[in-house]
Parts: sequence; structure tokens; C-alpha cells
Amino acid sequence: MGVFAMPSLGSDMEAGTLIEWLVKPGDTVKRGDVVAVVETQKGAIEIETFEAGRVHQLQAKLGQKLPVGAPLAVILAEGEDAPTETAGLVLEKAVPVSESELPAAVSVAEPAPLVRQFHTAPIPTSPVVSRSGDPVASPAARKRAAELGLDLSTIQGSGLGGAIQLADVENAATKAPALPLPASVTEKADVTSSPADEMRRAIAAAMARSKREIPHFYVNQTIDLSPASQWLEATNADRDPGNRILMGALFVRASVLAAGSAPTINGHYENDTFIPSTPVHAGIAVALRGGGLVAPAIVDADELTLDETMSAMRDLVTRARAGRLRGSEMTKGTITISALGETGAEAMSGVIFPPQVALVGIGAPQRRPWVVGTSVEPRNTVTITLSVDHRVCDGRQAARFLAKFETSMQSPEAL
Amino acid sequence: MSPNDIRTAFLEELVKVAPDIEPDAVGDDDHIQEDLELDSMDVLNLVTALHGRFGVDIPERDYPQIATPALAVTYLAKAG
Repeated sequence: MGVFAMPSLGSDMEAGTLIEWLVKPGDTVKRGDVVAVVETQKGAIEIETFEAGRVHQLQAKLGQKLPVGAPLAVILAEGEDAPTETAGLVLEKAVPVSESELPAAVSVAEPAPLVRQFHTAPIPTSPVVSRSGDPVASPAARKRAAELGLDLSTIQGSGLGGAIQLADVENAATKAPALPLPASVTEKADVTSSPADEMRRAIAAAMARSKREIPHFYVNQTIDLSPASQWLEATNADRDPGNRILMGALFVRASVLAAGSAPTINGHYENDTFIPSTPVHAGIAVALRGGGLVAPAIVDADELTLDETMSAMRDLVTRARAGRLRGSEMTKGTITISALGETGAEAMSGVIFPPQVALVGIGAPQRRPWVVGTSVEPRNTVTITLSVDHRVCDGRQAARFLAKFETSMQSPEAL
Repeated sequence: MSPNDIRTAFLEELVKVAPDIEPDAVGDDDHIQEDLELDSMDVLNLVTALHGRFGVDIPERDYPQIATPALAVTYLAKAG
């Protein structure tokens, strides 16, 4: 028997609010299936099970805020009989934490500007769908409907695939009389911090911890971007927009190859020990419009081609902005890549995401004089800065990572 | 399509890519990256959407020609 518990979706997460069940008692689940959606400081996250079997009982109720480790459901292994004492035992532990027991950072928030991200639906490569048959709704819409006491199934959605958006809820609210609010919902009404504030707090906590605990050092190198630019231009010229590749995908691919060849750069540092990772799970820093940042990972990025890497990035960015990332994507990253984009500052020395030990900071490309043979030519260049945890790694290995990155970028066709 | 229809359609696709943008507040000469802060992934998503809607395969070298609503209306009218 397995107890499916509220997972930790980041080193500083203390609690999460259950907003959707995607399974019901009797359902068969396998390892990796998404079974629930939890609202966190970093938006709504899809939670996977790591036990296979049959769902015996759902312990947690929708809208309940629960600390990390609190039981959410009981999953029985195949052929296992239902336990007799489970319900009482687990329920006792499942008592939700009250607002006063939680630090301010985990209080439930009102929708605010950032929430607009949540009902984004830009060209999704994998549409946001509810697996349970419940109405598909953005977290902001869900929250607002709960506040207003509206039943989502009575609201007509105007988003992609009929998804209910915040505006739909507001519209419905002007027409429908409000239902009496359940107690757990009314409790939320007097909270003042916005999702943007919540995300800022989460970033502050993770970054402060990183700078407190990780002795960072930095190595950087400016490389000639011309071969990659020319190859990319020629490649994209023959492609439909939907199949085009961005320079960012080349940077991710080059980082993944370099991480694969630098074992002390790729992994987690936990309990005073570095645990190297053979697979490379590439965290991608995604800036959210309206503020904030998330860094979900492309899982097993080392097994993807360049085109697959581009598709994975597109999917990840779309879901990051729609608030539909998975728990494993939030926790599995073994190295993070953060790029400043096409214009702006030429270099960035980034802060490592714990428990990772390295971060690749990529500046905006710049046109600069470059020595080619015995002459000087104008070239597109980019400066790569690797932030590294000195507890784990020394300058030589960090420099080797950059050398490998540069070599890869000079032969983009081999990425 | 009239220029006005094209402008409306362009703004609709723009807002799908970046829902925090108020279509009424977008000026004809607002630059989608410098003023409206689209990143390269947003621009690619916009171009993909315009390709689907207008059947126009906007090559990368033409991206500057859809950089503002005014430019995009001219470009899409010519291409369509």
C-alpha cells in the first residue's frame, strides 16, 4: 500500500492547495501518471504518482491546503486487499493546516496581474486538458469561481478547447446568484498578497538560500556565433513557422552535451554530498509576462535531438505560462540554462537553483570585432557564463564545460 | 480582407500569445518586442498563428515587416 502524499515541488515549498483530482477510487494508475493538480507559489503544478496500482481512497478534499508530506490518497498495489484501518489512520494526519500555522509565504492569494499568465493559450503543442472530465479551467478562473461560489460546470468557457478563463467566470458572476460559500473558501477571502507577490517570495527564498549555502564561482567565455547563426538561417528558410528552431534551442542542446561530458556539473547536492546524474534534465529559466520566473526541466534532454529539444522547449514555455507544469519538471532539473534573449546585456552571472550545482547564463548576442586568422572581422558573438558550486567542482572542469559548449556551437549541424 | 479586418485579426493572435496585452491599448506603431515585450518564442508563436490564419509563410528575414500592427497590416495585405 502506498500513501500518495503532498510532494515538495521545490526546496522552499511548505504547503500546497489541492485544486483538482484527475483520478477517482477504483482507477488504475501507473508510475508517472498525473493524478492531481496542486496550486503552489509558482502556479498550478500537475502531480504524478510514483506508485503503480489502484486508487483506493482519496483523502484530501479540493481546496484543502496541506503541508508537504500530508497524505492525499491511498494507492494499493496490484492484488492488494483494502486495508481496514487506513481511513482513520490517514485522515488523522490529513487535517489541513490552518492559515495561522503557516508562514506568510504560503497563504492563499487573490488573483492579480500575474494571473493573466494562467489563461494564456498560445499555440499549444499539447493542449491543456482535464483528464478527469471536469471542466477545463485556468487556475485563476478556478480560484475566482471558488471565491464567488460558482460551479465551474455551469460556466461556458471561451478559451482554447472551451477552457474556462477568468473573464468567463467574471461574466458568469454577473448573471448567476452566488451559492453559499463552503467554509474552506471563505477563509481565503481576507488574504491580501497577490500571486505575483507569492512568486516573488518563492524566488527570494530559493535565491537567498542559494547564495547563503552555495559558494559560487564563475567562468565565462565569448564565442563566435556566426556558424550557428548562418546554419540556423539556412535551416529555417526551408521550414514552416511551426517547425522553425530558435537559437535558444541550440544553446540548450550545447549545454546538455557539455553537461553530459562534465560529471561534476550535472546533478544534485544534498546532505553534504554531491549526487551526479547520468541523464541530463535541462532546467529552462522561463520569464513569465507580468513578472516572475520558473525553471522547469526538460526531462532526459540528453536523449533528444535538436528538433525534439525545440519542441520540448515550446511545450514547456507554453505550459509554464498556462500554469500546467508537472511536479517532476519542477524538481528533476540537474542543471539550468538561462538566456537573456535576443537583445540586451552581453553577459549574466546567474544564481544556481538548489539543489543543482551549476547554471549556464547566456548573454544577448553582440556584434563584435573577431580575429579570424590574421584579420579582424565583424562577427556575431555571445558570452556564456557558467556559475558553479565550488563545493563540488573546480575551475578546470568548469572551463572544460565551456570548451565543449563552444566546440558544439561551431558545428551546429551536429547538434 | 479590409485593412481593418487584418488589424483586428493580427491583434487577436497577438493577444492569444500574450493575454496580458489589452488590444485597445496597442498603438499602430507599437513594436511587438521593444514596446510589447514579446520574446523570441512569443514571436515564433505569433508567426505560426499568422501562418495558420492567413496562409502566409512569413520567412525569418521578413519578421521586421510584422514588427508593428501598421507594418503587419501592409505586409499581410500584400502577401494575402
